[in-house]
Amino acid sequence: MGPGRGAELILEQVGKQFGDKHALRRVNLVVKRGEFVAIIGRSGCGKSTLLRLAAGLEEPTSGRILVDGEELRGLNEKARVMFQDARLLPWRRVMDNVGLGLKGEWEPKALEVLEQVGLADRADDWPTVLSGGQRQRVALARALISHPQLLLLDEPLGALDALTRIDMQRLIERLWLEQKFTALLVTHDVDEAVMLADRVILIEDGVCTLDVPVRLPRPRQRGDAAFADLVDTILRRILGTKPEERAIASVSIGEKRRAL
Amino acid sequence: MKLSRWTGWAGGKAVPWALPIGLLAAWQAAAAAGWLSSRVLPAPTDVIVAAWNLASNGELWKHLSVSFWRALTGFAIGGSIGFLLGLLNGVFRPAERLLDTSIQMIRNIPHLALIPLVILWFGIGEEAKVFLVALGVLFPMYVNTLHGIRNVDAGLLEMGRVYGLGPWQLFWRIWLPGALPSILVGLRYALGIMWLTLIVAETIAADRGIGYLAMNAREFMQTDVVVFSILLYALFGKLADSIARFLERRWLRWNVNYQHI
Repeated sequence: MGPGRGAELILEQVGKQFGDKHALRRVNLVVKRGEFVAIIGRSGCGKSTLLRLAAGLEEPTSGRILVDGEELRGLNEKARVMFQDARLLPWRRVMDNVGLGLKGEWEPKALEVLEQVGLADRADDWPTVLSGGQRQRVALARALISHPQLLLLDEPLGALDALTRIDMQRLIERLWLEQKFTALLVTHDVDEAVMLADRVILIEDGVCTLDVPVRLPRPRQRGDAAFADLVDTILRRILGTKPEERAIASVSIGEKRRAL
Repeated sequence: MKLSRWTGWAGGKAVPWALPIGLLAAWQAAAAAGWLSSRVLPAPTDVIVAAWNLASNGELWKHLSVSFWRALTGFAIGGSIGFLLGLLNGVFRPAERLLDTSIQMIRNIPHLALIPLVILWFGIGEEAKVFLVALGVLFPMYVNTLHGIRNVDAGLLEMGRVYGLGPWQLFWRIWLPGALPSILVGLRYALGIMWLTLIVAETIAADRGIGYLAMNAREFMQTDVVVFSILLYALFGKLADSIARFLERRWLRWNVNYQHI
């Protein structure tokens, strides 16, 4: 139960309907302890819904979600979420945002995690004076202070500029390697998914249509041929397929996978 | 260069007072020269003398304290009812569905139109004035509190839930501070209504208070006392506004829009 141990997340035949619109249908997914899984897909494909289900913010309309073998009911207490917008409370200082909801002697811990994300000197600032990247780092510190076993990342870097993104990706990877939590990252950026994840999953029309392990050694290099190749394959798979081509496409990706 | 000097000067403390002091000087000059009959407007110095007399014979404090008591009691009652109703209806939709339409109907009656009825109910005693002030203050507090709560960022509330805040913590950490800018607008507005209501109520039916002081002086043609009473109201209005601004500066420090007031 202590820090450094990730939770296991299993989705069994999970579906989610809003009215008569299917956001997800029959999704099966196993995320192992300490694994980093990236979920990609076009906007509106249901990937954010999947993350909200894993956080317990929504309930599935069919199927079930297991966290460490137990069916999830209500909020997922082992999980923390990083949202696309940092969602810091503007009326609390950085320090108090990090310690939100904690009891007892949390101040030293808050300073420690702020140190880890490189913002210890901004502890007494208001969030409004921080840059977008700094706000996300505060949000990351807030997520990590309670040593979550599952970190859910809902396109947290989507609104950042390219250089800040790269910094943040490195930071997230470093902290994940140190703390061994399980991570589920939703993104529309294939490059980012391949950079960070052990496994990339593609969701299309509410179904998992692709599951590619990424066996590149860390830290990964964008210039690397195998890296570029994999990104390219996944991108072409997302952009190029019509439903009838899907079966063929997944075969060719299966071959790519073996090649890696 | 010129622009920055202009803004530096305009930002100075003295500037807001330049116009009133200028007018006052002109007024005094006009009265001294005999262009202005003391029936119409007494000289500022006469007003000061009247103020001094009222203060030294104790009349002033009697009327002041009565008016203050009415204003604050009415404000406390009406303000807290409005605030609590706003919170209730903002947080719980069913409460809003039940209550909001009725509240809006009552709100649309000008509360001063109730004066005849209020006098029938309470006579011209203290209750009548307190009631009117409370009624007047209630709605701006209600409307602005409701608006503030309604506009609290749903994303922040969701974040709060994910980060394990209970209902009570959600209220203190997110609902209330999120609604505070709007609530303080309501407070400022309510303070204005508070004085307005009190002036009218005291002028129409009272046997003590600043409004009574003014009406009584009118009967004896004491324009200096009348003007002094009016100035008192203006001063209190300004005081109330300063208190509200002070609270804004203090409680909304985090908000960039309030950092340079």
